[in-house]
Amino acid sequence: MTRWILNVALLSGKELRSVMKDVTLMALILFAFTVAIQLVANGVRAEVMNASVAIMDEDHSELSRRLRDAIQQPYFKPPEDIERSAIGPAMDSGQYIFVIEIPPRFEADTLAGRSPSVQILVDATAMTQAGLGAAYFQQIFAQETLDFLHARGLLEALPVQVESRMHFNPNAQSAWYTSVMQIVTNVTVLSIILVGAAVIREREHGTIEHLLVMPVRASEIAFAKILANGLVILLASIASLWFVVHGAVGVPLTGSLLLFTAAMFLYLFSVTSLGMWMATLAPSMPQFGLFAVPVYAIAYLLSGAATPLESMPSAIRTIALCLPTTQFVSLSQAILYRGAGVRTILPELAIICGSGVFFVAMAVSRFRSMLSRQG
Amino acid sequence: MIPPAQILPEEAIRIESLSHRYGGIVALNEVSLSLPKGKTTALVGPDGVGKSTLLGLISGVKKLQTGRLSVLGFDLAERRKREDFLARVAYMPQGLGRNLYPTLSVRENIDFFGRLFGLSAAEREAHLRRLLDATGLAPFPDRPAGKLSGGMKQKLGLCCSLVHDPDLLILDEPTTGVDPLSRRQFWELVDAMCAERPDMTVLVSTAYMEEAERFGHLVAMDDGKVIAQGDTGEIMREAGADTLEAAYVRLLPQDKRPSGDALVVPAWQDKGEAPAIEAHDLTRRFGDFVAVDHVNFRIGRGEIFGFLGSNGCGKTTTMKMLTGLLDATDGTASLFGRPIAPGDMETRMRVGYMSQAFSLYEELSVRQNLVLHARLYRVPRAQAGELVSAALAQFELEAHADAVPSALPLGIRQRLQLAAACLHRPEILILDEPTSGVDPAARDMFWRHLIRLSRDEGVTIFVSTHFMNEAERCDRISLMHRGRVLAVGAPAELTQRYDAERLEDAFIAVLEKDNDEAPTASAHLPVDASVASSTPAAGARSTAPGRSRLPTAAGSWPGFAWAFARREATELMRDRIRLAFALIGPIILLCIAAYSISFDVQNIRLAVLDHDRSAASRDLQRYFEGSRYFRVEPELQSDAAADQALREASAKMVLDIPPGFGRDLAAGRRPAVDVRIDGASPFPASNARAYAEAVLLRYAMDQLRSAQPFAVPDLSSTIEPRFIYNQEFRSIYAMAPGVLMLCMILIPAMLTALGVVREKEIGSITNLYASPASLGAFLVGKQMPYALLAMISFVTLILVTVFILGVPLKGSLPALLIGGFLFILSVTGLGLMISAFVRSQVAAIFATSLICLIPSVNFSGLLYPVSTLTGPSHIIGLTFPSSWFQIVSLGTFTKGLGMASFGQDYLALMALAFLFVGGARLMLGKQEK
Repeated sequence: MTRWILNVALLSGKELRSVMKDVTLMALILFAFTVAIQLVANGVRAEVMNASVAIMDEDHSELSRRLRDAIQQPYFKPPEDIERSAIGPAMDSGQYIFVIEIPPRFEADTLAGRSPSVQILVDATAMTQAGLGAAYFQQIFAQETLDFLHARGLLEALPVQVESRMHFNPNAQSAWYTSVMQIVTNVTVLSIILVGAAVIREREHGTIEHLLVMPVRASEIAFAKILANGLVILLASIASLWFVVHGAVGVPLTGSLLLFTAAMFLYLFSVTSLGMWMATLAPSMPQFGLFAVPVYAIAYLLSGAATPLESMPSAIRTIALCLPTTQFVSLSQAILYRGAGVRTILPELAIICGSGVFFVAMAVSRFRSMLSRQG
Repeated sequence: MIPPAQILPEEAIRIESLSHRYGGIVALNEVSLSLPKGKTTALVGPDGVGKSTLLGLISGVKKLQTGRLSVLGFDLAERRKREDFLARVAYMPQGLGRNLYPTLSVRENIDFFGRLFGLSAAEREAHLRRLLDATGLAPFPDRPAGKLSGGMKQKLGLCCSLVHDPDLLILDEPTTGVDPLSRRQFWELVDAMCAERPDMTVLVSTAYMEEAERFGHLVAMDDGKVIAQGDTGEIMREAGADTLEAAYVRLLPQDKRPSGDALVVPAWQDKGEAPAIEAHDLTRRFGDFVAVDHVNFRIGRGEIFGFLGSNGCGKTTTMKMLTGLLDATDGTASLFGRPIAPGDMETRMRVGYMSQAFSLYEELSVRQNLVLHARLYRVPRAQAGELVSAALAQFELEAHADAVPSALPLGIRQRLQLAAACLHRPEILILDEPTSGVDPAARDMFWRHLIRLSRDEGVTIFVSTHFMNEAERCDRISLMHRGRVLAVGAPAELTQRYDAERLEDAFIAVLEKDNDEAPTASAHLPVDASVASSTPAAGARSTAPGRSRLPTAAGSWPGFAWAFARREATELMRDRIRLAFALIGPIILLCIAAYSISFDVQNIRLAVLDHDRSAASRDLQRYFEGSRYFRVEPELQSDAAADQALREASAKMVLDIPPGFGRDLAAGRRPAVDVRIDGASPFPASNARAYAEAVLLRYAMDQLRSAQPFAVPDLSSTIEPRFIYNQEFRSIYAMAPGVLMLCMILIPAMLTALGVVREKEIGSITNLYASPASLGAFLVGKQMPYALLAMISFVTLILVTVFILGVPLKGSLPALLIGGFLFILSVTGLGLMISAFVRSQVAAIFATSLICLIPSVNFSGLLYPVSTLTGPSHIIGLTFPSSWFQIVSLGTFTKGLGMASFGQDYLALMALAFLFVGGARLMLGKQEK
């Protein structure tokens, strides 16, 4: 056992040296964990923000003007006037997500107690904005009409007040979420590729064969790769979390960073093992590259980082829940935003560990047969 | 401005003060040379003296640093007319089959080289027949180059070099690692080619001094300098030596001459101990192919057992079985009387192995490699340093201790490997061609060491070699051919048995007797007058060698591109696994992604904390229970429980109804309902908040209207949203076109991303450097087959989207196909650009993944509309092809648009395609540094 540990340590040292030698690769890792995180955090808005609006006002009344004025930043861009004939082409080209049509006699009908309605054309291909934006218009217009009627003494105030509060992210800022999720995505992509490609390169250069002639076990080679590459990614991701996500983007990071680091370590064990297993299945580098794409893309799309897990069909959700990435996304949110402790995230940790053990066992068992296939 | 070197008419090559450095290391130091036209010149010298660098510079493959170099009347410092120059030169780099494409057949390899030098179909056919006949490769034109033996690979490499009738042929150690029979055949072939084209100048570097003797002209090098040049016979006479080997030693400066005493091998005494290595009917099959066929041998302790045979005869496979790397299909083998078991660490400790190809770490220094070896062989840290220092001294590696192996010449790398194999004082050494590519002095040093190990320390040595003088030093040798052992015995005894003068003749006799498949090369070329005269181009060329043989650079550009495209496509078609991944991967990704990405936020887990428990509060709860957006969880009992539910995510939202809610409502005191939302994921949280507020608004309006005596407009439904393009507001309609975009960027970009960098790593990019084909043709040729494959994949994805996912294509199919094609061109171009930029395949895969995934998912309108992006991300979105294709894909699928709507998008995609391929062109040099 001491021999095993010593050999793993020796091989890890070697592995670290080779990773560090590839300057382009190190520069890419640096870019991925700094600039890329900031770009995504600052550029992407899952909330309705700066949505483009056009308005066709056929009423030209005080109420219609009030409604128009109520459409405000930061949710919406200032509305632009539009002719009926221009609506179709403008929406076809994606110029506006929302086009509001206020019908003639809107104010008069409202004052008469009828319930006229404002028609809103929504570009439903903009899924993140469409539904939520429509709901916001509903709220804004209801409030304005209410105030309008209330000011004329025609209506009392609403009998119930609503106080809604967001916990863990009071202003529901996307940046808080996307920055952390981008770290998870980077970690996943990098782990699979770095370790998988390292195994294939060693095989293509014959070095792994040479190691297996020496008193070195396949499991020692495997764990050294996991440890060394995992360490590089761990350092990069935790530093990125602290300096970029916390420092530059300004996410408060509620939970225990130590617990998160430990969880990240387990997650890295799992995905790097997956990368290694994949490398034993794909005989050459071009094949491995093509194999890796759908794996990390699917892991990302099903993880809940891109779209909510609750919205997925139940069969896919069941599959998603077996993936370590999904579990890691869930536990990252629990620790970093909700400040969860180790008890809360035990189920996630168990699944991540279990999958890691499975992947590494598959990888090690295929090591020797992978070599004999070449011959 | 340095004036061009003056070249005399009878000179082929003139070099003045040529120097070349790699970083701080001087490879060539002020070399001046003049080589005659129409002669064969041998370039000799130990490893690492700059032979390969010199040949690379002369062939135009390496970029000239300082000095003047004039070859065939071309000044190589000039960039103009480079194509004309390259068309007249052939360069065969060092390494077995280094310039060949292993999955391409013999015929395809030659054909590709013909195209690479712009030969017409008729010329290629004529040359192919002639060269195949001449080399004895004619019986198997369809065998993949990778499955040829080493000797045949080199002959094929020579064919490929000669296909364009060069005026200058440069061969860099062409016979290193080739068995004697094949070597003899190879030189006969070269002689025949020279006889046929007396104008041709040949420049050969070699590690075999006895080979160099056969050439008329000689250049001897040492330490980056030329120490002698001129007529071979004259040089030998002047040095007063019978052999070139002896002459070379005398040419060296005093301090470099090896110790004069000849190598003596004391006889081995069989002490009657149990054998160290024993094999009994050892057999290994790969599919139908029998690599090793019932091999038997017993090797005693301390014996040096030589293993001879042509390349690919099964020597390496046998050695791999002995080391436990490969399992035997049949038969048994044992070391020290113990059958070989894969996990047997004890035995591994007692064996040292050196593989044929370099198998130490390129990224570690020489010293670091040795230390790692020592430590893995369980040498304690304290002693490892000492042991390594001793090994460095013994194998004369001290000068290179801190260099990485990739910067060292072949011979020194081999020395390092041998040092590593001997480091832990093994009892058995298994050495697979340890001296291939090693210069004579170093070989002597190797053998002194081996003999000492064997005789003094009783180490058993199992060694394969192609050098007959080494075979003669072995106690016993075995001749292996096509998987079988043909003869075993002491060298002298074997020479006698086959009635031969020398061991080499005995070896060749045994092989020729056994050979019925590969006929020996005829020493003369079949004279085929019709071929020579029926190709007027070839005739014209030999009469006017100075004239450019290419029609015009522009005219043959498509021809070059087509040559690269054909080759790439053939390689792709042979790689079934890659094809399958490229076609099936996107389909799986599309199906899973299209079903899983959904923004329909439903079933929000809502827990109610009802402090009031009145009829009114229960009435309010019923509004939530009736909504399809919420799933009401069991009621909470306390504030603490509410906090915990949110923290543990068992509820995403808590509805807190204050005490006295019913009473205050009735009294018109406007009670406040508290909604607490888990904001960890902002998108579902914002939706949840909007839905909750809408429900509460409806409740409030209902309360208001029931209390008012007059008509009140229902403000909870002021607006009437109409979701256009996607009436049912189903995510899949909006997502499928976007996911299609995602699939079409991730995988096609990955297809081309390894294209260039892989050739750089393997070394086949040298063929491009040495050919007159342009970089643009190379890149476009590489791009074409992958673009075609991606197009096929694109069509399958459209079919899957429409017929399996059920997303109708409302707009114009041609508009979508054109957009897709332009998108594929830009994406494959992007892959090429990344490939040209990075240095390693790992970096290429990672860069491609990152660069394609982040902007495509975030900045291209897949998840978030482009119109909402701001700042740098908006600019990235616009300069990235996915956002443009996303508009086309979404427009044709969901908006029913046609070609007329996409002019701008098509233009942008086209511009990006040009930009990316142009960028790749700029990043890729046409010469080695």
